[in-house]
Amino acid sequence: MANDGPTPLERFVNGVIPENPVYRQLLGMCPVLAVTGSMKAAMTMAAAVAFVLICANVIVSLIRNLLQPHLRILVFTLTIATFVTIADRLLKAYMYDMSKELGPYIPLIIVNCLIIARCEVCASKQRVFTALSDAVGQSVGFALGLASMATVRELLSSGSWFGVELFWKTGTAGEQYRWGLMALAPGAFFTLGILLGAAVWIGSMCNKNKTTLEA
Amino acid sequence: MQYVGELILIAVGAAVVNNFLLHYFVGVCPFLGVSRRVDMAFGMGCAVTFVITVAGALSWMFTYYILQEGAPLATWIYQKCSGDPTATSNLSILNYLIYIFVIASSVQLVEMYVRKFFPVLYKSFGVFLPLITTNCAILFACLMILKYVDGTTGWGIGQALTLSFFAGIGFTIAIVLMAGIREELTLCDVPKPLKGAGITLLIAGILAMAFMAFTGVDKQLGKLLTPPKPTAAEQAPTGESQDATKSIAYTTKPST
Repeated sequence: MANDGPTPLERFVNGVIPENPVYRQLLGMCPVLAVTGSMKAAMTMAAAVAFVLICANVIVSLIRNLLQPHLRILVFTLTIATFVTIADRLLKAYMYDMSKELGPYIPLIIVNCLIIARCEVCASKQRVFTALSDAVGQSVGFALGLASMATVRELLSSGSWFGVELFWKTGTAGEQYRWGLMALAPGAFFTLGILLGAAVWIGSMCNKNKTTLEA
Repeated sequence: MQYVGELILIAVGAAVVNNFLLHYFVGVCPFLGVSRRVDMAFGMGCAVTFVITVAGALSWMFTYYILQEGAPLATWIYQKCSGDPTATSNLSILNYLIYIFVIASSVQLVEMYVRKFFPVLYKSFGVFLPLITTNCAILFACLMILKYVDGTTGWGIGQALTLSFFAGIGFTIAIVLMAGIREELTLCDVPKPLKGAGITLLIAGILAMAFMAFTGVDKQLGKLLTPPKPTAAEQAPTGESQDATKSIAYTTKPST
């Protein structure tokens, strides 16, 4: 949000790459690290976050004139919590196995800084359409971030992508190449650290005057 | 003795084996943000421990007495209002809303209490207290307590307090370790793209590997503490507690 009034389209594009929530703003790190062990889980998470972010942004934008400054964070959080409850119930009803796998990380969307930050920065000040396009852009950016993490981790840890076995079949000799650590906690930290470094490096290569992440 | 053994197991599990930060990845935002100096990291850790304990105890009470299916207080009110003596309440749809309320208000409560009675302490963690509301670790502790309150495990207030307090201790250990490493890191020549968050995450990965060495410690400890108990049969039904067994489990729950 460098300049005053980016158009809705600019906001959409901004969210995807230039202000990517994962690699640029470093927001909402907890699902990025926790659920990227497999592509399916990551994409379900991205969909849940997108649902909550878009709905919360629209609602907050609709009630922006009624908000009291000192109560706004509480109102944001309660709005988000309502939509998270809806998303959680939907997942439990239609994708029970996936909701078991994601476990507590679905309710943890409530305290995901990304959504609160978008409500605060954009939705509480802009018209509905602007807020909507901003939310969609940020969700796409977030999904991209999750997908990149999950691709690296799933390929290295089980040689598959979206559950499709690419490098070797289960039970064959190829399994010795599994990098089991990548599916565990340290793998998540390493992958994110290296991808973050790569993103900053590519960013500074492409555009020297682009603001790199401050130290 | 068995109760104390269970508490020790929960404590070790929450503090080191399944460290909230390095195993469950909750609370990564303050971990990256305020781990630059040891004293600030320690202040943040203390504040989180404080709030997580209060919020854990409160959320246990709310879950046990009001929110879960067939909870005593809500059921009593419901029966009085509807006039139907067999009615049971189920307010579990409100879980997340109530937890957020509990966390936000316990942060406020702790802030007021500390400001009134420990002004020196308030000065040192004043900045961090409001930030804690959006710390995932607190909500995660509440959700873990929720998971174990209903179902067959039937946690009491003792288990809930132990879990939340030692989760806070584990968070403090991790963030202070990190801050100590980062203080040394200012003297190192880090590749430019990795400066800041990148190198911190890589170090966190190494720390997480170090903490993986604790895996299995809790199981061994469990064997030592409860020799005659058939643990496998006991532990089998603990994980899946969300489904239809809930109402049956409530009647068999030990009173605390």
